[in-house]
Amino acid sequence: MTSTPRFRDIFRNGLWQENPGIVQLLGLCPLLAVSNTLINGIGLGVATITVMCATNFLVSSTRGWTHHDLRLPAFVLIIATFVTVIELLFKAWLFDLHLALGIFLPLIVTNCVILGRAEAFASRQPVAAAVVDGLAHGLGFAWVLVLLGGLRELFGYGSLFRNAEFLFGPTAASWRIDFGGGSAGLLLAILPPGAFIGLGLLVAARNLLRRPIAAAGATATEPGPAE
Amino acid sequence: MIRGAAFLILLAVFAAAVLTSMHELTGERIAENELEQRLAALHAVLPAGAYDNEPHRDVVYVTNPDLLGDDGPLPVYRARAGGVPVAAVVTTVAPNGFTGPIRVLVGVGVDGRVIAARVVAHRETPGLGDRIDPDKSDWMESFSNLQTEDPLAEEWIIDKDGGTFDHMTGATVTSLAVVNAVRNAVIYFNSNRQELFAAEAAE
Repeated sequence: MTSTPRFRDIFRNGLWQENPGIVQLLGLCPLLAVSNTLINGIGLGVATITVMCATNFLVSSTRGWTHHDLRLPAFVLIIATFVTVIELLFKAWLFDLHLALGIFLPLIVTNCVILGRAEAFASRQPVAAAVVDGLAHGLGFAWVLVLLGGLRELFGYGSLFRNAEFLFGPTAASWRIDFGGGSAGLLLAILPPGAFIGLGLLVAARNLLRRPIAAAGATATEPGPAE
Repeated sequence: MIRGAAFLILLAVFAAAVLTSMHELTGERIAENELEQRLAALHAVLPAGAYDNEPHRDVVYVTNPDLLGDDGPLPVYRARAGGVPVAAVVTTVAPNGFTGPIRVLVGVGVDGRVIAARVVAHRETPGLGDRIDPDKSDWMESFSNLQTEDPLAEEWIIDKDGGTFDHMTGATVTSLAVVNAVRNAVIYFNSNRQELFAAEAAE
């Protein structure tokens, strides 16, 4: 049984080393479909983080009571409950954002990241670590969503913070920045192929950044002969 | 195993409790939001202040595949002032949009005037056909406040076919589909005006 990792390591894992979106490549369906504007990315990111933290909390606190063969139905039931709660909250208080996210809000249930972390981590670790792990991986997924959403909106619509009022209320409509010419935008960026290409470039960038760090790590910490 | 199964049952009860209370808590606000959304579309195509009933309640369902573009029943919302017919909103479908059918609400006055048309559902290409969305461009304003004759004038087609409606650059198919759909909706309304207002409201 592995010992509990430190919170710092959990964060580094979730945000970068094993980032769900650009390393593990999990949850790609919502990632690609909803990252067409910055606000959509933030909206789905917040929903996913909330579900992950709540799920990990419940899975971890009840980890003594589940039977190994019955654990998956239990996890899915927990995840589905929290996703439905989030969807109802969005429908009641963030209706326009719920319309913009469409079917991808309830589809958070199928996001492999959540079930993956519940199974691999939360069901074996104490509550505090599990919640931090949910937060870390959720944030990892969310920042990729936001970055991809921002880039696609910038190149496709020529704007940022389009529809900010969906998430932050009527006064946020003034946050929108237009860089001149929605019709002059790169159409490809808004369409599905643009999402794949954008994600591919992010994965490539991450791989590029990884190699110098790995090399620096290898020379700095020479392992002893008998490890 | 027994303990695991018992826990699963307990979990199901817990889930049911949580979801029921959430449903109670949010039910009213959600219903309000959904009603507001339906009303907003109707308000956009009806003359403000000219009616005193609730058009979203005064509905009849009609079927006319040739003119309304769909095999199934489509709602016609009726607006009245003091019981006297003022206008109606005809739901029509343009079956030949570029990416698929386009659902349009057309507000027509009893005097034959097209008040406005608004697209409520479509899958047209972003940046091209999606300019039928009022957020993206004001092309749909081409249908606002148009007096029509009965029968409909010959010029009720896009400019490329010799008519008076500008087509959207790069989206001719979409433009054609929507102009035709609105045109057919007006023809339908003019030929069936009496029956439409006389029919009993559907529940």
